[in-house]
Amino acid sequence: MSLEKILIVGASLAGLNAAKALREAGWQEHLVLLEAGHELPVDRPPLSKGFLLGTTEVERLQLPLASEIDALDIDLRLNARVEGFAADDFRVKLENDDELSAEGVIVATGSSPRRIASWPKAAGIFVLRDLAEAQELRTALAATPSRVVVVGAGFIGAEVASSARALGWEVTMIEVASTPLQRVLPSQVGAFVADLHRSNGVDLRLNSGVDVPLLDGDGTLRGVRLADGSELECEVLVLGIGASPNVEWLRGSGVPISNGICCDETLMAAPGVVAAGDVAEWFNPHFGERMRIEQWDNAVESGGVAARRLLSWAEGDPGEPYVAVPWFWSDQFDAKIQMAGRPAPEDEAVLIDGSVESGKFAYGFKRGERCMGVLAVNRPRRAILARMAMATSLQWDAVVPG
Amino acid sequence: MKIVVDYDLCESNAVCMGIAPEVFEVRDDDFLYILDENPDESLREKVEESARRCPKQAITIVD
Ligand SMILES: Cc1cc2nc3c(=O)[nH]c(=O)nc-3n(C[C@H](O)[C@H](O)[C@H](O)COP(=O)(O)OP(=O)(O)OC[C@H]3O[C@@H](n4cnc5c(N)ncnc54)[C@H](O)[C@@H]3O)c2cc1C
Ligand code: SF4
Repeated sequence: MSLEKILIVGASLAGLNAAKALREAGWQEHLVLLEAGHELPVDRPPLSKGFLLGTTEVERLQLPLASEIDALDIDLRLNARVEGFAADDFRVKLENDDELSAEGVIVATGSSPRRIASWPKAAGIFVLRDLAEAQELRTALAATPSRVVVVGAGFIGAEVASSARALGWEVTMIEVASTPLQRVLPSQVGAFVADLHRSNGVDLRLNSGVDVPLLDGDGTLRGVRLADGSELECEVLVLGIGASPNVEWLRGSGVPISNGICCDETLMAAPGVVAAGDVAEWFNPHFGERMRIEQWDNAVESGGVAARRLLSWAEGDPGEPYVAVPWFWSDQFDAKIQMAGRPAPEDEAVLIDGSVESGKFAYGFKRGERCMGVLAVNRPRRAILARMAMATSLQWDAVVPG
Repeated sequence: MKIVVDYDLCESNAVCMGIAPEVFEVRDDDFLYILDENPDESLREKVEESARRCPKQAITIVD
């Protein structure tokens, strides 16, 4: 069977890369790209880094491939939020009640930042995901520096804290765990992040949570009450408490949902339905576990893999597993952090390069005889060499040579 | 095929090296070196993938 029409839902990194891959594979039929936003999304990583600092301007935020949409002959529909899908007759329903049918669907709806449900929306409280949110936060931080509270010491929170410090703000970072990144990485990494922030003047409060925002009579933020009852004054508060996959539109559709779209090892979720990017959860046979990854490089790579999988499915081909070795970066103060692999908090962190004091080092994460990941600080070459080695073998001795 | 890297954009994160080590190398000094500015056609697919996966969009392939 050859597919006559494919719908891609979500026109960000994963969706655009899927479109490109379909065309590169020689598929020339009707390709519809549905995007909820009123314009194409921007490239997100600079939003917490150079864009907040004012060193990266909006013209430089274009997504890779955005300029190729016409050349790729993509039927791009903006303001097209998909609200429902029926896997049995392959129809998607848009917010404005329009319906579209297709023979294949690529789910690339990404993730959305978590908020605190019981909190009101108020001037001064921010999340960071899209350009509009970033512009508002940038404007707020361009005012005469005062006090900002960042809730959550994950990567985005930590980057916002770093940018705000560089702009001269007093920064308090609130984290419920006893070290940053406790749920995802061995504690040595969290200890490094904590030291990095404290030595750069961030007031990091661990084992601490927020209770309610404190608002002025006109609804403007003036501070926040913490779980222990104490109060912090601030003009700006940024929530960096993680993101949730955008799966709601697929509930009840017949497409399985777990912590994301529940895919098999080839990124296929249901007959004719594949998923990619932040929204896709799949079994990565290389690491022997199911994973969902909110990382830039994964969105690029999985977009192509999912697109090719859809085409191979139409040919009745069983497809190949997506065997990624994840890789991401994060810039905080003078630390350029890169990590390859998929470690867990219980893994043993072994210093394999440099020294933490020198600010240039790498940790390998050991589980039995295997290396599950390498995190490098200001040692990009180390992280990539590990990634290259891990693509072949996770054996510790192969990844971390003598 | 000729490769041009915009060094004002490049952050030396070495993603390109991970994909096409025949062409790109980030050395211990943290600089990106292009080992072959006019790589053989047989490397085109890898080089194109490097360009696509460069987080800074710093790599351009001329013809
Ligand atoms: C501030 C910030 C900084 C980051 N920094 C880094 C970094 O340094 N390193 C790194 O590796 N990663 C970073 N990331 C993560 C990276 O940007 C994401 O992994 C990537 O954007 C995921 O791409 P995606 O295409 O899967 O999803 P998204 O980029 O989330 O795009 C999904 C798209 O789908 C659309 N959509 C959603 N629902 C619907 C619907 N029902 N109908 C139609 N359209 C819909 C949305 O409008 C959106 O445009 C950062 C993210 C943020 C927010
Ligand atoms: S991937 Fe891009 S930013 Fe990274 S080293 Fe290569 S050219 Fe530079």
